Amino acid sequence: MFNNLSDKLDKALHVLKGHGSITEVNVAETLKEVRRALLDADVNFKIAKQFTTTVKEKALGQDVLTTLQPGQLMVKIVKDELTELMGGDAEGINLSGTPSVILMSGLQGSGKTTFSGKLANYLKNKKTKKPLLVACDVYRPAAIDQLHVVGEQIGVEVYSDKGNTDPVAIAQAGIAHAKANGHNVVIIDTAGRLAVDEAMMTEISNIHAAIKPQETLFVVDSMTGQDAVNTAKAFNDVLNFDGVILTKLDGDTRGGAAISIKSVVNKPIKFIGTGEKMEAIDVFYPSRMADRILGM
Amino acid sequence: AGKSKVDDEVLDNLEEVLVSSDVGVNTTLKVIERIEERVSKDKYLGTDELNQILREEIAGLLSETNTGEETEYTIPDLPPQSDGTKTPYVLMVVGVNGVGKTTTIGKLAYQFKKKGLNVVLGAADTFRAAAIDQLQVWADRVDVPLVKQAMGSDPASVAFDTLKSAVAQDADVVIIDTAGRLHNKINLMNELTKVKRVMQKVVTDAPHDVLLVLDGSTGQNAFEQAKQFTAATEVTSLAVTKLDGTAKGGVVIGISDQFKIPVKYIGVGEGIEDLQVFNKFEFVDSFFK
Ligand SMILES: Nc1nc2c(ncn2[C@@H]2O[C@H](COP(=O)(O)OP(=O)(O)OP(=O)(O)O)[C@@H](O)[C@H]2O)c(=O)[nH]1
Ligand SMILES: Nc1nc2c(ncn2[C@@H]2O[C@H](COP(=O)(O)OP(=O)(O)OP(=O)(O)O)[C@@H](O)[C@H]2O)c(=O)[nH]1
Ligand SMILES: [K+]
Ligand SMILES: [Mg+2]
Ligand SMILES: [Mg+2]
Repeated sequence: MFNNLSDKLDKALHVLKGHGSITEVNVAETLKEVRRALLDADVNFKIAKQFTTTVKEKALGQDVLTTLQPGQLMVKIVKDELTELMGGDAEGINLSGTPSVILMSGLQGSGKTTFSGKLANYLKNKKTKKPLLVACDVYRPAAIDQLHVVGEQIGVEVYSDKGNTDPVAIAQAGIAHAKANGHNVVIIDTAGRLAVDEAMMTEISNIHAAIKPQETLFVVDSMTGQDAVNTAKAFNDVLNFDGVILTKLDGDTRGGAAISIKSVVNKPIKFIGTGEKMEAIDVFYPSRMADRILGM
Repeated sequence: AGKSKVDDEVLDNLEEVLVSSDVGVNTTLKVIERIEERVSKDKYLGTDELNQILREEIAGLLSETNTGEETEYTIPDLPPQSDGTKTPYVLMVVGVNGVGKTTTIGKLAYQFKKKGLNVVLGAADTFRAAAIDQLQVWADRVDVPLVKQAMGSDPASVAFDTLKSAVAQDADVVIIDTAGRLHNKINLMNELTKVKRVMQKVVTDAPHDVLLVLDGSTGQNAFEQAKQFTAATEVTSLAVTKLDGTAKGGVVIGISDQFKIPVKYIGVGEGIEDLQVFNKFEFVDSFFK
């Protein structure tokens, strides 16, 4: 079995060399391996197709087949293209507000509450900010308790209002509390929701409209498969979010969803989650991600 | 000529549908090959017939382990323990972080309780923030007892206590919640093996079922999850959650086929009633909606 793309391409190109003369068919075979690798890494079907077309054009433009080591050049073209796709200017978190308000959004279990804590911890320690966490998940059993435990672990205050079932009101009261108590960053944790749940999407849209956050983040599990595009698009349509957070990258997922999401919404991936602990947060490196997707 | 109606375009569309449902390239090719084989035998196929064949072939991959006839939340009758006491049916729930283990336990407890069974829950996730409180809310909702210790305590010890307590109160079913863990973390996987082993000190053949919960929106990584959790705990059944969204959960077809583990339940929402017994035909049909 070939576990990574280099091996696969080497094999495809080995076959290709054995043919004596190089034909379009051989190139097609190689590109099929690229596409296959992308699909195995959970890159969206349509995006993988589009991507191989681009790679083909680039490869033909660079006369891949007449070089001594076509396999290596091909891998380089693929990797560079992936890196560029996921890259763009590295943007930090917008902290210009007084206070700066950061809104979390995403599917159930993607890692919003954990990441809220990690980000608060990061801003407190690395940017000497005084964050406030606000508990706006009024649905999940013990969601408010969870945020309180997280806040305690990192020494950050948590604003909550148990019994209040209106997340918009809680978010607003949280921001007022921050202003009154000298917090310069407010991180709003929200309930997980499916993009097809209209009532819940309207709710987060209402929160967004009421508090006008400087930064809206879409938190996504890096193990997500083909559905990543639907979800990212639907959340972006409603929230026009500012950045993406990829969680659970301490696993062994290839993380092709990163490409799918970037291709569909063209928003920067700002941070990654690399563990359950509060320190397990890192900035996103497109080139490392490209290696990972390709299994290199 | 025999393939007159199943041309490349049809097969390409089929490939797109299956891969887009997270079935994965390997399993998709397997399905397509099977269809091509059948089509070369039985000529002249219309779209309706093709759809029927497709349904049969995919269901075929699930069939060894999923009869598709189960509609009930059943547990088998167990012989009493050697000392004559009743043997509770022990269900241990495992999976990676955030897939829906705790929620599925709440829903299952509700179903078992509704059937008149005495259920005891064990809070062996002692790590995740407020995990115990979360399960307590579910235990209260369903009105079943929960055995717990302080956060940070030894999960194996909680599982041991839970089984002791269940046996003492003649319980029919025990469900043990465990902390989410990524399958590539060896220490955490070993911890799970230990939880399992310690339970056997109370009930020799426990756990009777190890339920691996998979998030329906997970892609091909679910294969590795199935592989590693099976290695650590001998997974005996699967649940696929969050199928109330647009994700299809197709990866379980290949998993069920390769590891010979049946899919038992699907999660279709966050509410107490939002659990269904798996039906392979409905599952396959959902890919085309
Ligand atoms: N290994 C690992 N686990 C993570 C990471 N981020 C979050 N988790 C775990 O994933 C699970 C879900 O995280 P939560 O923060 O509760 O997710 P959520 O999006 O707030 O979930 P809901 O509020 O239910 O929608 C928990 O077990 C977390 O510990 C990560 O980067 N790595
Ligand atoms: N829409 C939907 N949400 C679900 C379903 N099952 C669980 N959830 C949600 O997914 C999130 C995570 O569920 P949990 O039960 O906490 O998952 P877990 O596997 O126990 O998580 P950890 O213990 O942190 O690893 C919660 O917000 C649940 O309400 C489902 O079938 N559909
Ligand atoms: K679905
Ligand atoms: Mg949360
Ligand atoms: Mg849990």
